[in-house]
Amino acid sequence: MSVIRAEIRPGAYYDSVVLMQLQRALVELPGVEDAGVVMGTEANKELLAQVDLLTPEVASAAADDLVIVVKAESEEAALQALSQVDELLKRRRSKSTQQFRPKTLESATKVLPEAQWVLISVPGRYAAGVAREALRLGRHVFLYSDNVALDDEIDLKKHAAEKGLLVMGPDCGTAIINGVGLGFANKVRRGPIGVVAAAGTGLQTVTSRIHQLGSGVSQAIGTGGRDLSEKVGARTTLAGLDVLARDPETQVIVIISKPPSPKVAEKVLRAARTAGKPVVVNFVGYTPTTPPVGNITYASTLDEAARQAVALAQALGEAPAVHWDTTPFAEGQRYLRGLYSGGTLAYEALLLLRDMLPQVYTNLHMDGVKELSNPMRSEKHTVVDLGEDVFTVGRLHPMMDNDLRIRRLRQEGEDPQVAVILMDVVLGYGAHPDPASELAPAVEEVLAQAEEAGRHLEVVVTVVGTEEDPQNLDAQLMAFDAAGAKVFTDHVAAVHYAGYLARMLDPDVGQKPIPLDAFHSPFAAINVGLESFAESLAAQGAQVVHVDWRPPAGGNERLMALLARMKK
Amino acid sequence: MTVDIDRANAEAVERMMEARPVLVGLGTARDVVPGMKDNMLLHAGPPITWERASGPMRGAIIGALIFEGLAKSPEEAEAMVKAGEIILEPCHEHQAVGPMAGVTSPSMAVYILENKTHGNVAFSNLNEGYGRVLRYGAYGEDVIERLRWMHDVMAPVLREAIEASGGIDIKTLIAEALHMGDEGHNRNKAGSLIFTKALAPHVAKAAPSSDVASDILRFLGDNALTVLNPVMAACKAMADAAHGVEGSTIVTAMARNGTDFGIRVSGLGDRWFTAPAEIPKGLYFSGFSAEDANPDIGDSTITETAGIGGFAMAAAPAIVTFVSGTPQDAINTTMEMYEITATEHKYFTIPYLDFRGTPTGIDVRKVVETGITPRVNTGIAHKEPGVGQIGAGLVRPPMKVFEEALLAFAEKYGF
Repeated sequence: MSVIRAEIRPGAYYDSVVLMQLQRALVELPGVEDAGVVMGTEANKELLAQVDLLTPEVASAAADDLVIVVKAESEEAALQALSQVDELLKRRRSKSTQQFRPKTLESATKVLPEAQWVLISVPGRYAAGVAREALRLGRHVFLYSDNVALDDEIDLKKHAAEKGLLVMGPDCGTAIINGVGLGFANKVRRGPIGVVAAAGTGLQTVTSRIHQLGSGVSQAIGTGGRDLSEKVGARTTLAGLDVLARDPETQVIVIISKPPSPKVAEKVLRAARTAGKPVVVNFVGYTPTTPPVGNITYASTLDEAARQAVALAQALGEAPAVHWDTTPFAEGQRYLRGLYSGGTLAYEALLLLRDMLPQVYTNLHMDGVKELSNPMRSEKHTVVDLGEDVFTVGRLHPMMDNDLRIRRLRQEGEDPQVAVILMDVVLGYGAHPDPASELAPAVEEVLAQAEEAGRHLEVVVTVVGTEEDPQNLDAQLMAFDAAGAKVFTDHVAAVHYAGYLARMLDPDVGQKPIPLDAFHSPFAAINVGLESFAESLAAQGAQVVHVDWRPPAGGNERLMALLARMKK
Repeated sequence: MTVDIDRANAEAVERMMEARPVLVGLGTARDVVPGMKDNMLLHAGPPITWERASGPMRGAIIGALIFEGLAKSPEEAEAMVKAGEIILEPCHEHQAVGPMAGVTSPSMAVYILENKTHGNVAFSNLNEGYGRVLRYGAYGEDVIERLRWMHDVMAPVLREAIEASGGIDIKTLIAEALHMGDEGHNRNKAGSLIFTKALAPHVAKAAPSSDVASDILRFLGDNALTVLNPVMAACKAMADAAHGVEGSTIVTAMARNGTDFGIRVSGLGDRWFTAPAEIPKGLYFSGFSAEDANPDIGDSTITETAGIGGFAMAAAPAIVTFVSGTPQDAINTTMEMYEITATEHKYFTIPYLDFRGTPTGIDVRKVVETGITPRVNTGIAHKEPGVGQIGAGLVRPPMKVFEEALLAFAEKYGF
């Protein structure tokens, strides 16, 4: 026979939810068959009556009274239950209150908006989708996942290039960005050597050796094993090389890869030649057909690559850092124009620029460079030798007569598509007695007119000569500097500076420049996949948000494909 | 394909957020609700037939016919409906909403909400309070008597009071209540007090006697759900403002009739996507358990549709224990809803989340992609008519309705 025992607590207010919980806890006690815990309102008493819990005592309770009724199999059980009410009311849930974890990449970007990197290690069939979403959200990608389709890799990398983003991988095991190791990476000292590697353990070996040899690493960019295949065309390697070439903290670059196809190797080497910094190349087990020229050094082992890089960095000492800033330029400004008085210098400029820029035109002859249909009119990127016969008919050579160059300078300055003008000024006996006296005011005027038209121009001047020349090198440099030109005495450095500016501005390059900010601001990332990657980032002091990822649309292929189409 | 879904969705949620529903009056359904007929009953959720209707829905239909004087007995009422003499149509198809069974009959008083920004109007019936009530399918003499009192005594006074107040801005009321611990669906304590306070001076003046004024104010003040119905109508006005945007995947209605859960989508016209409603999980009043529960019922999911209710759970930590949760769970619930919504509300904010806007505008794409269905706070009805509310808790719509909506969208827009 069940017994009903009740307790009335006058004036004790509890939220109804607390009461319902207490009621549930009472029912769970041994011997308790049913329980009611309510405030004594008429409606509540009606409810109790419906389930036969209304005793005369309870019926007399007022609306402000707390009513606790227990129906139990024995008097003892009922009283025992009632005696536990206070303890149950006080009981705090000890259940862990876990912080919210974002379920999608997009909401993770809202939790950690400063995260510029997304680490992806989900199963291969989902990886491309996550990577695409990361690119859509304007984030760089470290794609650890393997088994990503080749077409997806190509598509991702093309898309990244259009947006000025980097895709490391797929199947990229390691990278070091701004001192933080991603995936599998060693704890390596910061330093002047930048690495681009299509081989994970290769990257780990070289960076570790650099550290052991007393130097350090600026950035180490992984590309994934297939990047140097002909189909992918070294997109990530080239993008990484471009970043390291512009990175002021990187003084020496190391490229490591398993043997690429000769065609791709050639493409990478051409890009390396224009890096403006020493580049150590180690295509493991592959001897390049082109001899090492200029800034390129070949290493045959990983260890040798590390040693050479460290030696080069030490020999360089503190190299002056070059900064490129494309922000002042107006929409549509994109071309370089080289106005040379010296034929050899023009030729040297062309040699560098043809590997840096698409569609370079000239009035000289060189493989891989297009000839101007009219030497008086520049096209796209142009280098003209103004000392050529066509210009000097009936007039002096431009080393003596500045008139022709000033007129061409004005012509180029008025072209709204021109961004940078490259010039040489050759001093010495027989040359114009004071070229700066005529050219510098012209430079100043062209710069001012461009600003007035809402554009920004850069005039880059290389002065060839010595301080003992009649024109005095220093005085000439100062005059051009005062006029607003960027002055150089190293012609290659000048071409490199101007070439990179145009490269960053010309959309036909096909790789929107990746902002260096991603490599220099404190590393912050979103991790999708292996949780250990997030943990190791956090252990390195990096900010990281881990996404509680699930296959999209529950893995339903049809819906996944549909969603992908609807997101474009 | 030319449709830009993101842009369409941005427009839809902008309209939803910029809508400004104001309670402007009270009318009789047959006079003010578009398309209302003398032999028509409006009900919650997507369309339903008597044959498929659940216990509480049937009970409410019977009660409404008795209240109207169309039937003398439950048997007669049932026979009339079965004979096709009574037209059953969703509230949602008449710019209206109603909690639980949502049954609204021609003679019932309805709140009139006008969206001052876009001009559309929405309606809802009046809240009857707790216990044995029509909306849970109870139709006993006490229920009918209360309805008569609401109709004959309270409604005329409320109408005058609302008009004298110059209108009550329910959007502002919701924003304020969210800062007072309400989420606008299961917890409306603060909102109901604000509402009663706003009307009280006008009720005192409009009532024929102080006794009537006292009765009305007690009725409004004792019922922590008093404001639920105008809040729902306000949400309906906001959601309707977002409906019909070409190319939008934003959900503009979620509603249950006790048998099916249905949704409508902004860019997919008036089509319902339905699937069997689920049984809510939650806490039960003494003597009841999940076995007694009716499947999910009511139009009150319009609150979640408009960015409050379960979506604003982080604003209402007091009720998280409904589902054995902790305050952290309340925050997590709101955080999770950000995953499936298009935006954060400009006007409804959550103090604890540093006044972040509530997750607003359910995007069908995101629901399907993440596998996260909207979180709905709800009351639980007994499956037999006439018993009433037996608990409260949470429920989620079936994923199938979102998948089907996505497929229909893809078909319509050629994806």
